[in-house]
Amino acid sequence: MAGSASEKFGFTVSKARVIDYDANDKAVINHILEKEPSLRLCIECGGCSATCTTGNFTSFSLREIHILLKRGENNHVREKIKKCMLCGKCILVCPRGVNTRNVVFLAKQAFQKHSINEL
Amino acid sequence: MNFDPFIIPFNLGLYFILLFAVARSVIWFRELSRPDKLRLQRGFFGRAFGQSLKEIFMESLIHRKILKSNFRLGYMHMSLAFGWFLLILFGTIEADIFGEKHLNPPHKAIFFKFFNPDHGKAGFEAAYGFLMDLILAFILSGLFLAVLKRFTSKAAVGMKKTTKLKILDKVALTSLWLIFPSRLIAESLTSGAYGTGSFLTGSLGSLFATFLPAREAAYPFWWLYSLSLGTFFVLLPLTRYMHIPTELFLIFMRNSGIRTGDRAGTFSEVEVHSCSSCGMCIDQCQMSFSAGIHTIQSAYLLKAIRNNNETHDIAHNCLMCGRCDQICPVGIELSPIRMIQRRTGENDTAYTNVWKGYLRQRQNNVHQKTVPSNSYSFVPAADPGRTDVLYFAGCMTHLTPSIKDAMVKILDASGLKWSFMDKDGGVCCGRPLMLAGQDREARELININSEIIWKSGAKTLVTSCPICYKIFRESYYLDVEVLHHSQFIKNCIDEGLVKMNYLHRRVTYHTPCELGRGSGVYNEPKAVLKHVANLELTSFEDEKSLCCGGSLGNMLLDQRDRRRIASDAAAELTRTNPDCLATACPLCKKTFASVSGTRVADLAELAAEALVTTSSKKKPSRIKGAIRESARII
Repeated sequence: MAGSASEKFGFTVSKARVIDYDANDKAVINHILEKEPSLRLCIECGGCSATCTTGNFTSFSLREIHILLKRGENNHVREKIKKCMLCGKCILVCPRGVNTRNVVFLAKQAFQKHSINEL
Repeated sequence: MNFDPFIIPFNLGLYFILLFAVARSVIWFRELSRPDKLRLQRGFFGRAFGQSLKEIFMESLIHRKILKSNFRLGYMHMSLAFGWFLLILFGTIEADIFGEKHLNPPHKAIFFKFFNPDHGKAGFEAAYGFLMDLILAFILSGLFLAVLKRFTSKAAVGMKKTTKLKILDKVALTSLWLIFPSRLIAESLTSGAYGTGSFLTGSLGSLFATFLPAREAAYPFWWLYSLSLGTFFVLLPLTRYMHIPTELFLIFMRNSGIRTGDRAGTFSEVEVHSCSSCGMCIDQCQMSFSAGIHTIQSAYLLKAIRNNNETHDIAHNCLMCGRCDQICPVGIELSPIRMIQRRTGENDTAYTNVWKGYLRQRQNNVHQKTVPSNSYSFVPAADPGRTDVLYFAGCMTHLTPSIKDAMVKILDASGLKWSFMDKDGGVCCGRPLMLAGQDREARELININSEIIWKSGAKTLVTSCPICYKIFRESYYLDVEVLHHSQFIKNCIDEGLVKMNYLHRRVTYHTPCELGRGSGVYNEPKAVLKHVANLELTSFEDEKSLCCGGSLGNMLLDQRDRRRIASDAAAELTRTNPDCLATACPLCKKTFASVSGTRVADLAELAAEALVTTSSKKKPSRIKGAIRESARII
């Protein structure tokens, strides 16, 4: 395993991490914002991720999902969002009163449809 | 005289509705599942038949439930339903004994006065005429209330809100309202012309006869009477008045032991059509009187289903508190119907419309989820030790650690062999997913939890959260006794496992929806509270209890409206200024705590506070011993 020591140490060339806004699809986030406008109040504090039942087991983070959705990087969200258990703790901790449960519900629904055109 | 053209509209309407009722019943019966068919057959030829007849009389005619909760509204419904029934019954008897021959066609009874205008001059005939007038006056008094309710003031019948109607409903309502006044005027004019009639028709008739050619004037009103009857009968299947024939079917089915279940079928369809849109669920709904949302109540949900309208937003915008199930005078299982509506996707046809498909089979489009993959495979396999009592705190309890700590204290004090199932935060119980209509995902979580419970070999499962309690009891197929912590604490007290002090505190108790109406646990929490404190009653006890507004049942309600519901409910419950507002649900506690000035505590916390710990009991003796020992050394 060539270079494994340096890889572990974190000195590899990192992949290009460019967010191509033109290629990204905002249909999902627009759909969610239309149906659940309280998401606009989010200040990305991460309280939801801190209390998350699922987050206890995996790296699932609602804050991350929200950021990805906002950027329109739906492919990253598509599988991740299924991990949510809709238990509702995030609503209770949210300092801004975002109806987080409905955000996940809407996103799940959006990804369950065959194509985004149905939105 | 046996025939006149004006009876044609009435007869057309009557035979149409009779044929329709028979056809609809046959279709509904055919679509029943096999066990339900057997149940119905057994019920029809068994004891349930008598029960059903009694219930039809008490509820469909007398409207006992409405009379009990709201007398004026009950009187209005009773006078129209029971009055009309009496009018038909005694009209038929009248036609039978006073007519030329027995067993007359229906129109002879309905238009008896037209065909026998000389009838009712003296003696028994006049007395009978008095009875018929009395019944008509009874109906008209109810009609007066109904008109008052619709146009001027709902307060006249003790209601705050009444249902909004669609246009066909309005036409049907008008024709229904026209039936009785037109009968009154037609009978009065005929009576006036022949000098017959009793206190109502007779006196009104003689008054008309003074300035009108009564005999000629009567004829158009007989037409109007027949036309309004005919119109009403024809519109019946397309409007809310379908509830009149359907409710009879519903009562027979319910008494035969058929329940809504979790899939749309004949029974839920019959229930949907049995709703009369009386609007009692609207006044009962906290989203209506606290949050000012008047479009999502059960009456509107059923109406949207009947009319094949979009139901997604209505179905999901509900706290699922079950207050409307309690008040519904028809006894429709409203929450299960809402759950069915949540489960079926938007593209699904869950029910057929009476108009679009009343002679064709229901379309069974099975909703296909596109993701059959496992969503929660990331959950690590847990290995709980063998134990007798398993304690599941639940997500919400982890958010309110004081309840968890209190339960740990009580469980330790009980001396039972117990272990903490989700000490470091476990998996959700699945009920929130189920409430969102995502049963497949919920089933996955149920399997994960079931495995842990099964592996532990526990005989008792104690949970602190009513949301978990409900799903553990109803949807987990486990051979364990599921207890809410209130039941567990009560058992411990009864069996003498723990001892409690008396706290000298005034508390009121808020029954959580999922525990009370949802699971029928009312007495145990109160017994525990009575044991440790001075429990004061509020005006919202047991079935009447309020929802805290924090419910996970509602997906769409925003925080502002939730707060409004919560603060209204908290204000009602703390009206007597108690020292503490007790509840039995971590979510209720959390919701109330943010809006109420009074201390909000779970009953487990109060019990833990009152707990006489064995260590503290032994302490004095141990201290004594220690002193003695040290004294000896010295």
